Amino acid sequence: MIEYFLKRPEKILNPLLEHMELVLITLLFSVALAAALTLLSLYVRKAGCVLNQLFAVLYGIPSLALFALLIPVTGLGTKTAVIVLVVYNQYLLLRNFLTGIGEVDPAVCEAAAGIGMTKMQVLLRVQLPLARKAIFAGIRLAVVSTIGIGTIASSINAGGLGDLLFDGLRTMNLVKILWGSFLSAGLAIVTNAVLKCVENAIDRKVQGQ
Amino acid sequence: MIAIEYQDIVKKYEGSQAYSVDHVSAQIREGEFITILGSSGCGKTTLLKMTNRLIDPTEGKIVLFGENIAQVDPVVVRRRMGYVIQQVGLFPHMTVEENIGIIPKLEGWDKERIHQRVTELLELVELKPDEYRTRYPSQLSGGQQQRIGLARALVTDPKIMLLDEPFGAIDAITRLNLQNELMRIHQGMNKTFLLVTHDINEAFRLGNRVMIMNEGKLLQFDTPANIIRHPADPFVETLIASTKEQERFWEGIL
Amino acid sequence: MIAAMADYIGRNYIQILEQLLTHLGISLLALLTACIIGIPLGYFASRSTNSERLLSIPFQVLRVVPSLALLVLLIPVMGTGVAPAVTALTVLAVPPIFLNTIVGFREVPEFMVESGVGIGMTEQQVLRQVRIPLALPMILSGVRTGMVEAIASAALAAKIGAGGLGELIFTGLGLNRADLLLIGGVLVAVLSVGCGVLFDWMTRKLLKYKY
Repeated sequence: MIEYFLKRPEKILNPLLEHMELVLITLLFSVALAAALTLLSLYVRKAGCVLNQLFAVLYGIPSLALFALLIPVTGLGTKTAVIVLVVYNQYLLLRNFLTGIGEVDPAVCEAAAGIGMTKMQVLLRVQLPLARKAIFAGIRLAVVSTIGIGTIASSINAGGLGDLLFDGLRTMNLVKILWGSFLSAGLAIVTNAVLKCVENAIDRKVQGQ
Repeated sequence: MIAIEYQDIVKKYEGSQAYSVDHVSAQIREGEFITILGSSGCGKTTLLKMTNRLIDPTEGKIVLFGENIAQVDPVVVRRRMGYVIQQVGLFPHMTVEENIGIIPKLEGWDKERIHQRVTELLELVELKPDEYRTRYPSQLSGGQQQRIGLARALVTDPKIMLLDEPFGAIDAITRLNLQNELMRIHQGMNKTFLLVTHDINEAFRLGNRVMIMNEGKLLQFDTPANIIRHPADPFVETLIASTKEQERFWEGIL
Repeated sequence: MIAAMADYIGRNYIQILEQLLTHLGISLLALLTACIIGIPLGYFASRSTNSERLLSIPFQVLRVVPSLALLVLLIPVMGTGVAPAVTALTVLAVPPIFLNTIVGFREVPEFMVESGVGIGMTEQQVLRQVRIPLALPMILSGVRTGMVEAIASAALAAKIGAGGLGELIFTGLGLNRADLLLIGGVLVAVLSVGCGVLFDWMTRKLLKYKY
């Protein structure tokens, strides 16, 4: 395995970098969209319910099926992959964002409104800081899930570590299979651990206040 | 006939210096309504829970109707007694009928007999049997839940009822109703009631004798009238004085 | 497109049905195995903090590992076919069941247990009448997650020769046939969502008191 890596490092590193790129792009779009939808749900309560239900159903559809269904519409490649991944993340993010904000003590919000903050100010100055642990937990879940489902995206030509796995599988190349598994598993485990540490640090800060 | 006898009961928890219950001795006659009064941490609940062997004493023995309970299987001891707690503890996945009838069912009563008994008990706690038997606890108010808790405790017709702050989580008006109800139930049968509370009004209203506890010690055990006339201890004196103070406040408003 | 799909279904409906049943079969077999492993293990882990901590770590790690990696990794060990697929799906379904079982038993309120003991239940009766029913909602929600996970990963299992509806999708990808992709995609989606709805319905029947 190490020999293979030394001889052709780009064969391993390229998929890894591609994978991280895919995760990053997805994360960016996901958080932006989820933030907008959260805002919408906070102002229009009904929208929150509908969106939650909708994304719960979409989240229940296996990724391979969703990829397959989208190909006739958006074609093969990274674009389709990112769309599917962003849709999945909405379920995780929206649910965590809304629960986090919802669990902030209403008395605190009332007090904030009472001293003359606008609804937006209450959200930005009071609710978001107090809900940041839940918000970050949602982001961690989304990142780890994206790393996992991202491997499957290789089957629709989106590249990434899935290339190593699917190529290895097709040619029964044990070295590729092992590299692909270890790297994707390792990436998920390490990312999860690192983000968990950040999450705990945030928690300590919130508790410390 | 002596129903409950505490003989020099001591409870000390591991790692703790202080006594949770400190050499308590007392005799309770059959048919009495005894209240145990004290603030939280005074050992009143511990004493109650030792009576049905949820907790075992470190020293001393408890005798029920002449029998040392340390020598009886805890499950048997508990089935001979009714037990009611503040959180009620109705099982949320069982209907009212199933909640009341669970111990009879486990003891193998036939269905008809359980049904009959549940009807009797629902009438006793003044809930219409046919309206309430199929409801789940979540469909009942706090006061109704505690009525069912009471009915469940009475189901095997136990000679002794243990009640651990049964009305602690219930609003003042409902509490008054339930207290009256409890006295009515007590008068209708020759059972011994043992009720723990931190509410002095409740203790003096319900108990024909009151045990006052503080820091694990039994300070005074007497009828309400005797306690008010002759407080045996500075703590009891302060307790009575503060209650009288409050009463004056109420009268002052009028 | 619709015509192409109808044409394909008309000529291959027996094969499609077989794939559907295979898909369902390996998923449910894996789910059943995962329950048999995950629920008792979760119960024992919930009884002591030490065993919980020790047992939880590998399952928490497994929860994070991409399902495709796990599926592919088993090939060098077990080869291709149904057996490694069911094994992989089981391994994927155990963690949510196990972890939820722990939480379920841990979250049974102490006063409920005391209430059972106080009215004279034996240890066994408290377990059967109080602890298990009260932990059940949480356990079932873990089983549901495990089921969805198993059905989704079973689609990938076609790649390691286990058959199932994934075959349609992978063939569609290989031959660039939109009709196959749509048939496969819709069937997998309907199977997964349908099983979820069915499971929720059964849960509601079982936990009547909550609704």
